[in-house]
Amino acid sequence: MIKVENLTKYYGDLCALDNVNFEVKKGEILGLLGPNGAGKTTTYRILTGYLSPTSGNIHVKDYDIYENQVEIKRLIGYLPESAPIYPDMLVFDYLNYVADIKGVEKKKRISHLQELAELCSLNEVMHMTIAELSKGYRQRVGIAHALMGDPEILVLDEPTSGLDPNQIAETREIIKRIGKKKTIVFSTHILSEAEATCDRIIILNDGKIVADSRLSDLRDSLNIESFEDIFRKLTKGN
Amino acid sequence: MKNINNIFKKEFKSYFISPIAYIVISIFLIVVGWLFFSTFFLNRQANLSSFFSILPVALAFIIPAVTMRLFSEEINIGSYEILLTMPVTFRDIIVGKFLAAWAFVGIMLAPTVIYAVTVSFVGKLDWGPVIGGYIGALLLGASYCAIGILASSTTRNQVIAFIIAMSICVFFTLLIDFLIFFLPNAFVGLFQYMSASSHFQNIAKGVIDSRDVLYFLSVSFISLYGTNLIMQEKK
Repeated sequence: MIKVENLTKYYGDLCALDNVNFEVKKGEILGLLGPNGAGKTTTYRILTGYLSPTSGNIHVKDYDIYENQVEIKRLIGYLPESAPIYPDMLVFDYLNYVADIKGVEKKKRISHLQELAELCSLNEVMHMTIAELSKGYRQRVGIAHALMGDPEILVLDEPTSGLDPNQIAETREIIKRIGKKKTIVFSTHILSEAEATCDRIIILNDGKIVADSRLSDLRDSLNIESFEDIFRKLTKGN
Repeated sequence: MKNINNIFKKEFKSYFISPIAYIVISIFLIVVGWLFFSTFFLNRQANLSSFFSILPVALAFIIPAVTMRLFSEEINIGSYEILLTMPVTFRDIIVGKFLAAWAFVGIMLAPTVIYAVTVSFVGKLDWGPVIGGYIGALLLGASYCAIGILASSTTRNQVIAFIIAMSICVFFTLLIDFLIFFLPNAFVGLFQYMSASSHFQNIAKGVIDSRDVLYFLSVSFISLYGTNLIMQEKK
């Protein structure tokens, strides 16, 4: 579904991604983990067409990011970190605008919006401006944005950061529910969350991949039981 | 094509959601109306030529205030990332935003038609130059909107975007007219060709020359293309 090839990104002299290669299969839930500054967000931004790589390529289905950017954007629903959205807009107006841009048909519009409002529990805030919303609600508007138009792939950048434990549980529930039908790439700093939801994990450190396998295989090969210890062993040492 | 319309609708609406639109329109109408009518009865001429000579300067200050938020605000709050990762092209974004600002300028100019109607009661008004003047104002407005969008795409700070755009617009409106006095003869023709107000005044006389129209269209196009290059550079 997604194939990342020799992806390298420099910000000036700073190397954010160094020759990264990985693949995501259809229907898989992939956890992209790593300490802050490891290159997770950069990878997402290149995948979603916000940044262009210094070198390397990403293929999504038969498209590649140089030739078919708009087609790829149409396949991906993206939740950026901290979901920055227009503060002056009403939640309904915003979601309606996103539906317009993502080409949701007029006939299905209302039912699709209702479905998303239900799934993300947004019904009671539809008439409020985004500036009035709490962090948790804003995050859910971001998730609704990502799910709009039923994209095949979801890219979620720390969907649970800054949320309270109840909201984290709800968000995780949403991801699990929608994950049955979609390919998901997401990142988190809560390792138990990755353990509970991901089929496979990739650990990035300093722009390089240091692990790419199922968690159970990683445990066996390193002979360490705790996921925290595995994470620390792979990403410390610098 | 459809997404140009979607972005246009969103941007145009958001002008009228916030109080900016009403403040900008009020200030424009008060200043221009006052400047026009305070000398109108002294001139004893039933035409709008003094209105159309104020207009380029007024637009050079007002339009940057209309366009300053279009990119700067998005870059500042981070919604730029959301905008760019939705299935739209740079062209959709730039043209949509440009058309929204331009339509706003049209709405802002519309109430001034009352001036023309008022004048036509006082004396015999020649409508040719008036129509020419409004066509010219819209073309001038398009150029200034495009310059404003270019300035807005360069910075996350709206105040800086305003000042850059205003400086460029004022330069095209005023400075070139003043500079002409100090320039050697060889450059006069070139600078006169660059001056937005001299092209505007040609059209406002009621003579719509393709050279003048081409001038405004090329300034708009070059500025919008520059915006595209800056967006490309940011990637």
